[in-house]
Amino acid sequence: MDAIYLDNAASAPLDPAVREAMLPYLAGVANPASGHGPGRRAGAAVETARERVAALIGAAPDEIVWTSGATEADNLAIAGPAAFAGGPGHIVTTAIEHKAVLDPVRRLARAGWRVTELGVDAGGRVDPAELAAALADDTVLVSVMHVNNETGTIQDLAAIGEHVRAHGAVFHVDAAQSLGKLPLSADAVGADLISLSAHKLHGPQGVGALYVRRRPRARLAPILHGGGHEQGLRPGTLPVHQVVGMGAACALAGERMAAERAAIARRRDRLWTRLAGLGGVRRHGDADHTVSGILNVGVAGVHGEALLAGLTLGEPALAVSSGAACSDARAGSSYVLRAMGLTPVQAAASLRFSLGRFTTDDDIERAADRVIEEVTRLRALAPSAADPDAIAGAA
Amino acid sequence: MSLYFDHNATTPLDERVLETMLPWLREGYANAASLHRGGREARAAIDHAREQVAALAGAHPGQVVFTAGGTEADNLAVKGLAARLPRGRVLVGSMEHPAVLEAAQALAPHGWQVDEIPAGADGRYDLTGLREQLAAGDVRLVAAMAANNETGALQDTAAIAEAAREAGALFHCDAVQLAGKGMLRYPETGAHTLALSAHKIYGPKGVGALILDKGVDIEPQLHGGGHEGGLRAGTENTAGIVGFGAAAELAAAELEERYAGLLTLRDRLEGGLSGMPGVTVFAEHVARLPNTVQFAVPGYEGEGLLMSLDRHGIAVSSGSACASGRGEPSHVLLAMGIDPTVAYGAVRVSLGRDNSAEDVDSFLATLRELTSAGAAMPSLNPAVLAG
Repeated sequence: MDAIYLDNAASAPLDPAVREAMLPYLAGVANPASGHGPGRRAGAAVETARERVAALIGAAPDEIVWTSGATEADNLAIAGPAAFAGGPGHIVTTAIEHKAVLDPVRRLARAGWRVTELGVDAGGRVDPAELAAALADDTVLVSVMHVNNETGTIQDLAAIGEHVRAHGAVFHVDAAQSLGKLPLSADAVGADLISLSAHKLHGPQGVGALYVRRRPRARLAPILHGGGHEQGLRPGTLPVHQVVGMGAACALAGERMAAERAAIARRRDRLWTRLAGLGGVRRHGDADHTVSGILNVGVAGVHGEALLAGLTLGEPALAVSSGAACSDARAGSSYVLRAMGLTPVQAAASLRFSLGRFTTDDDIERAADRVIEEVTRLRALAPSAADPDAIAGAA
Repeated sequence: MSLYFDHNATTPLDERVLETMLPWLREGYANAASLHRGGREARAAIDHAREQVAALAGAHPGQVVFTAGGTEADNLAVKGLAARLPRGRVLVGSMEHPAVLEAAQALAPHGWQVDEIPAGADGRYDLTGLREQLAAGDVRLVAAMAANNETGALQDTAAIAEAAREAGALFHCDAVQLAGKGMLRYPETGAHTLALSAHKIYGPKGVGALILDKGVDIEPQLHGGGHEGGLRAGTENTAGIVGFGAAAELAAAELEERYAGLLTLRDRLEGGLSGMPGVTVFAEHVARLPNTVQFAVPGYEGEGLLMSLDRHGIAVSSGSACASGRGEPSHVLLAMGIDPTVAYGAVRVSLGRDNSAEDVDSFLATLRELTSAGAAMPSLNPAVLAG
């Protein structure tokens, strides 16, 4: 790819060290559920990987259940406790969750569950007091993401977790965007369930995990059936190379987190400084509570679709997103940004830049050059569209 | 010595498949749902794999839904079809893989009556028993496999499909073991849905597919993001899907050659076993997969033999890998009416394209040594002694 890749929040390049860790198991043969020698060796590699994932969130290895990705982990985390509870109850979540949480929650709503979707402030944060007030006698589950995939905004999980723990509901955290990028301790936030993804962390696509608290034990029913793997919570032959890759990605991220966070934040700030110089550009999210790798900006005076097309199709091609990758194929502007109070037009003229381990200073300068050039070109083409009111509070 | 005879549990990745995957583990890392160039390239690679998998199954590319494996495909079919049907009875084969059996049993709390298709002693489903079950009425869904993972017995899916359709029921067929080892044509199976897995055909673990006609109403089981035509949410595992496609193309191209090679080895193995007194080969008298022999040596527990063979560097199974270590006799053999004391003795050899005649001879020699008079009996189960 010659493109400047600033779409790490959609999928981050596989780290060569992770790939090297995977290859012996990709070429290897055995089913880790088999009782013979090759099967046991595969099983041992799976357990080492489980320890590595657990270590990154301060969990015990037997609290990690492998899944095919964060989407499956989210589905299990929502539908699992609901099925265990039996009849309909109440679920508290937020309007800015990933679709992998919102879609299962809305299905439960259609099945008779009462759902509270909490709003967020202009920076994209949930008010813990508002969440506490939403908890009711029949609240079974609370699901709040750690870091938003579009804006990078970090939620105050410790405060939220305290309220949920006092209430007694199951507390699920979608940490797909924060794993390995921010310190995250299952105990410190009081989470019962945490969704994890490998490919946002320079690990392989197609593997994730759900943290399931042992003490006190989080109660949930499986959503896939057959074969009794993963403590009865998730059947299917384990893709050994994939889980080994996730383990390696977690080990690497754990070692490098502090240094990487600082380096990525510095590049993100540089990108913002340059884009802000354009004028009519607004930063979305809460700059005081944001993950280092995501910068979401609104650009006044251009059509969002034209800008995204110009950037992704131009030379050098810029791999960025208007929001979540999985929403790209759908029409409509970001529901996350609209929940933060943006108008549909403002939300549509937004770009998400997401940086990763392999983003260089040069990438940032070239990307900034390209965005400035493209915005300037589009604004000149359609000067009437350059309405300063299109972006409220433009920087 | 290191001999692998457990290809029905999983197969080694074909090196040619690995080569097709590597670019997607290096530079091809973009999210296939992304609109930028990298995303579009990943999307094109996935669509190519969709054509390759469709061709192996005699299906149209638009009929392929990628999943994280055969288990998920079976779950999607059984629970997804049931969710859109009026509640009634589900008929599930008694010899099915746990992914199908347990998915069907999971319907019970939702108001479904779960009944089983009886198995004959020959290892095939009892079609008379099936028709009786259907005649009792209210059957909405039938699930039966194309080939059994333990005995290798091929099932008459066309007849099962016809009976199911006559009764107005949908038919899901788990074709995980047949794909790549026998001719598989989606339209000819008569099935509404077919489950496939990559790692049983020398592809990577962690990817499978459900073949389904888009006219079949099915409820997704994983939600959020609208991937796979809205039928299966989650970022696509591009490298895995590309590997599945390559493995499917190779399996289709080499099917006859592989089939003939495996059958020769199986005949050699069975020839050797027939020379050992009292050995029972399960489902011996019906058409089976060309690579599978499940047998019992009188007086020897399968798990014990498995461990003894393992100490000699030979990997076999006592049945399904998923059930290993539970110490229970095979549900497949019990469904066939095999005496539990005999079923405890089951050893499954599943051959692959990497095995040779010498491998089979080494296996037979080791087996004879382990079971000859005077050899120490490996961890005999009390139930076997009692028998």
